[in-house]
Amino acid sequence: MSLEKPYMDIPGTTVFDADQARIGYHLNMFCMSLMKSANRERFKANQRAYLDEWPMSEPQKLAILARDYNGMIALGGNIYFLAKLFATDGKSFQYAAALMTGMSQEEYAKMMASGGRSPEEPPAAPERGRG
Amino acid sequence: MAKVTAGVTTSHVPAIGAAIDLGKSRDSYWAPVFAGYDFSKRWIEDARPDVVLLVYNDHATAFSLELIPTFAIGCAASFNPADEGWGARPVPVVEGHPEFASHIAQSVIQQDFDLTIVNRMDVDHGLTVPLSLMFGQPKAWPCRVIPFAVNVVQYPPPSGHRCYQLGKAIRRAIDCFDQDLKVQVWGTGGMSHQLQGPRAGFINRDFDQHFLDCMVDDPEQLARISHLQYLREAGSEGIELVMWLIMRGALDADVDEVYRFYHVPASNTAVGHMILENRT
Repeated sequence: MSLEKPYMDIPGTTVFDADQARIGYHLNMFCMSLMKSANRERFKANQRAYLDEWPMSEPQKLAILARDYNGMIALGGNIYFLAKLFATDGKSFQYAAALMTGMSQEEYAKMMASGGRSPEEPPAAPERGRG
Repeated sequence: MAKVTAGVTTSHVPAIGAAIDLGKSRDSYWAPVFAGYDFSKRWIEDARPDVVLLVYNDHATAFSLELIPTFAIGCAASFNPADEGWGARPVPVVEGHPEFASHIAQSVIQQDFDLTIVNRMDVDHGLTVPLSLMFGQPKAWPCRVIPFAVNVVQYPPPSGHRCYQLGKAIRRAIDCFDQDLKVQVWGTGGMSHQLQGPRAGFINRDFDQHFLDCMVDDPEQLARISHLQYLREAGSEGIELVMWLIMRGALDADVDEVYRFYHVPASNTAVGHMILENRT
């Protein structure tokens, strides 16, 4: 018997469940490694070489190199781990959130300042590669 | 005997910590957030706890995917603020209460809640931002703190029902500790927010208001909210609100609402903050 996943139809949302955590284990642990400044420096010096030290799939590595956050999430990334990656890039949570929604950071900040995304408003579906 | 006097809930948005640490708390963006805690800072001067049992979640800091305890209680003598990738927050070391924490662990495990005991752990913004919001920027935190970490990173977190019952077990454990201590229980995280995917920025004001109302006089109703309802109605990260129910379970059935504050946004999140007091 497989697990029920009644949350699969929530628009614009990937639940970091047991399957996602399994698929994304190395991707997330790579992100975790970026909490150490020596690792951040090595990663920044040669991103591809650093990624090749991790047993990740090629699509996972390409999504990281492209900073395709929606792509990373689809491939098992979790936002609290991915935060280490955008922090390494000197980017904020709001920057990353805007990117994933396909909005500019300005538009996104404006939406938040006026109360956030309303529950009735369906999320836009940003094209792959934008977010 | 130890006595639970009050409960506090608050969001623990990391950007709030950054705003404090970088001296931006009077900026036009942040000023309304911090103004919401002015009352609370005065209140806690008088209501000064000896110990805070602080329910929070670790954000891939002390616990990576290598180890994911559903409930973890910090029994160490002290806990260092964690380096989350941009240096540790410039806040005091958190002093624990090993004797009291170990007592709670033993008592709660004997009540069928299988806690993970942690004797070495750094604490991230989930724990230190609430302390900053309530106490400001002192040289040392004015009370002992028992960190109580809940997994809300990998789905599923414990249910709201489980958290509420755990709060009651913690209360029984506190009530039978034979030192005269004023104890507060804090539940942190929330309110509605979503940090990931195209639906990021999700806020549900109606859900939040109803949640705040029920925290006072109908927590049983909140304990019945399912995982799926949280995901749909509070956003994928709004499910952190289950942690508030541990706090509520540790209070009396009847409480006085001393204070309430709600503000959108702090970064990506709806900030909710309450102070509830036991009547006796």
